[in-house]
Amino acid sequence: MNLVVCVKHVPDTESRIRVKGDGTGIVTEGLNFVVNPYDEFAVEEAIRIKERIPGSKVIVVTIGPEDATKSIRTCLAMGADDAVHVVDGDFQRFDGVATAAMLAAVIKDLQFDLIICGKQAVDDDCAQVGPALAEFLGIPDVSVVTKLDVAADAKKITAVRETEAARETVECSLPALVTAQKGLNEPRYPSLPAIMKAKKTAIKTVPAAELGLGPDGAPRVEVLKFAEPPARKAGRVLEGEPRQVVKQVVTLLVEEARVL
Amino acid sequence: MARGILVVCEQREGEIKRATHEALSEASRLAAALGGEVAALLIGDKVKAKAASLAAFGAKKVFVADDARLGGYAVEAYTNVAKKVCDDFRPDFILLPATALGKDLAPRLAARLGAGLASDVIRTEVTDGSLVLTRPIFAGKALLSLKVTSQPQVITLRPKVMALAEPDAALTADVQDVALAGLLDTIRTTITKTEKATTGRPDVSEADIIISGGRGIKAPENFKILEELADLLGAAVGASRAAVDAGWRDHQDQVGQTGKTVTPNLYIACGISGAIQHLAGMLSSKCIVAINKDSEAPIFQVCDYGIVGDLFEILPLFTEEYRTVKSRG
Repeated sequence: MNLVVCVKHVPDTESRIRVKGDGTGIVTEGLNFVVNPYDEFAVEEAIRIKERIPGSKVIVVTIGPEDATKSIRTCLAMGADDAVHVVDGDFQRFDGVATAAMLAAVIKDLQFDLIICGKQAVDDDCAQVGPALAEFLGIPDVSVVTKLDVAADAKKITAVRETEAARETVECSLPALVTAQKGLNEPRYPSLPAIMKAKKTAIKTVPAAELGLGPDGAPRVEVLKFAEPPARKAGRVLEGEPRQVVKQVVTLLVEEARVL
Repeated sequence: MARGILVVCEQREGEIKRATHEALSEASRLAAALGGEVAALLIGDKVKAKAASLAAFGAKKVFVADDARLGGYAVEAYTNVAKKVCDDFRPDFILLPATALGKDLAPRLAARLGAGLASDVIRTEVTDGSLVLTRPIFAGKALLSLKVTSQPQVITLRPKVMALAEPDAALTADVQDVALAGLLDTIRTTITKTEKATTGRPDVSEADIIISGGRGIKAPENFKILEELADLLGAAVGASRAAVDAGWRDHQDQVGQTGKTVTPNLYIACGISGAIQHLAGMLSSKCIVAINKDSEAPIFQVCDYGIVGDLFEILPLFTEEYRTVKSRG
């Protein structure tokens, strides 16, 4: 079975994000970039499928700056076989549909039965790439998946997806795309020998300009300005006899904040 | 210039979701500012009876795609139907709620239309005749304003943010059936089972009140005291990443950067210190109450009301006090 996983190189979730003084972007100095957490679930799932179905292969596809090699090597060390890196200096374009068009241009020439993406990147939070990529490739998608089974004949998947009020079990023919949600699996830590080996794996690089995108690759959004969220002022912190303090807070919630 | 705004509605078992009414309300405000007509697309099985009700929130036209094969979310069929209505109605703006369904359908539709998509928008502004959108990035650690430059523009709106218009029962809409021939032939996804949440509590993404627990809860069974208060308030029970990673709560309940971003009226954080990735997910709550033993915990820097104390003592007292207040009316 041929598995393709799309991976983004993003600031880790512990990062404090600062906006540049002129609002043109975020300050990237000092940020620690890692594999997008949801993409890590995607990589782990692909490797688990590979381990179950003999003859399977996992290819990682990344669009990102030169530095994204670090995240690609992490995926290789986890157990991915090959990687394609579309080298694109833009840290962010906030245009998931355009990104999906770029990914589609790469993936359409690969053999694939199943594509796994993270449900969203934790930097732009767009959650657009998975479904849009499936659309560009003309295959069905199941998004926000917490459980995935591949039929023994590798012709069908059964996925559990989350909605607001329910868990839906969805059967889908292959080829297809799924997006990974937290809970799908617990990603492995690569072993030291695997890390050493991954350092030597050749990564195919493609300059973004050479993808030969038609109108699908045109930008569709214009980024105007970045801003810090409105600061929240520290409110009243109460200490003292518990019963009195609780009484006071409940009264404030009912009468002042009017939220109870 | 006459413009059309199409709202792709969401219903659950025939009930129109609040997020749909919010999107229609926002569409009506945009139509007032930009000119044009608001239309709604209602997709489902046996949903036609609900079509007229969308008029009360400003839809002048309602396109209805009513078929047994559309009862559950079938991505390909839904995309086909939405594309067909866009081809016929030619909207300039297509709005969807940023729900599980909207987040899946919007990118597919945008890709099919060759359009751009702004996801999870929390503010719209008309400047010089064009629409400027604001959306959180990095789970709310920063805000981005952008324009969609394509024609049409696809926009998903974060639920619980856009103001709900006062429904006007006197308004009516022209209801039309979508000709479905050929649109439902390719459905490669089948929903074989739907398990509803059994707690009876709302999802954290939809709740007006959330009681969340973190590391300070110490053990999974201790969430009982949060649940007791939650059930009294009709609230959801949320959890920090620490509580989820410890296996105490389901990841569906996680609030924060690798969980859900929430905007309830009231967020009660119990035994949560306030790690940056947690704060990012709940800072846009209207009112935040923190209960924590450690007076230095960062959560106290962002809460409206803080209680320094042992949550195992405070929370039951809170429940008791609220019961008393409620019984007094």
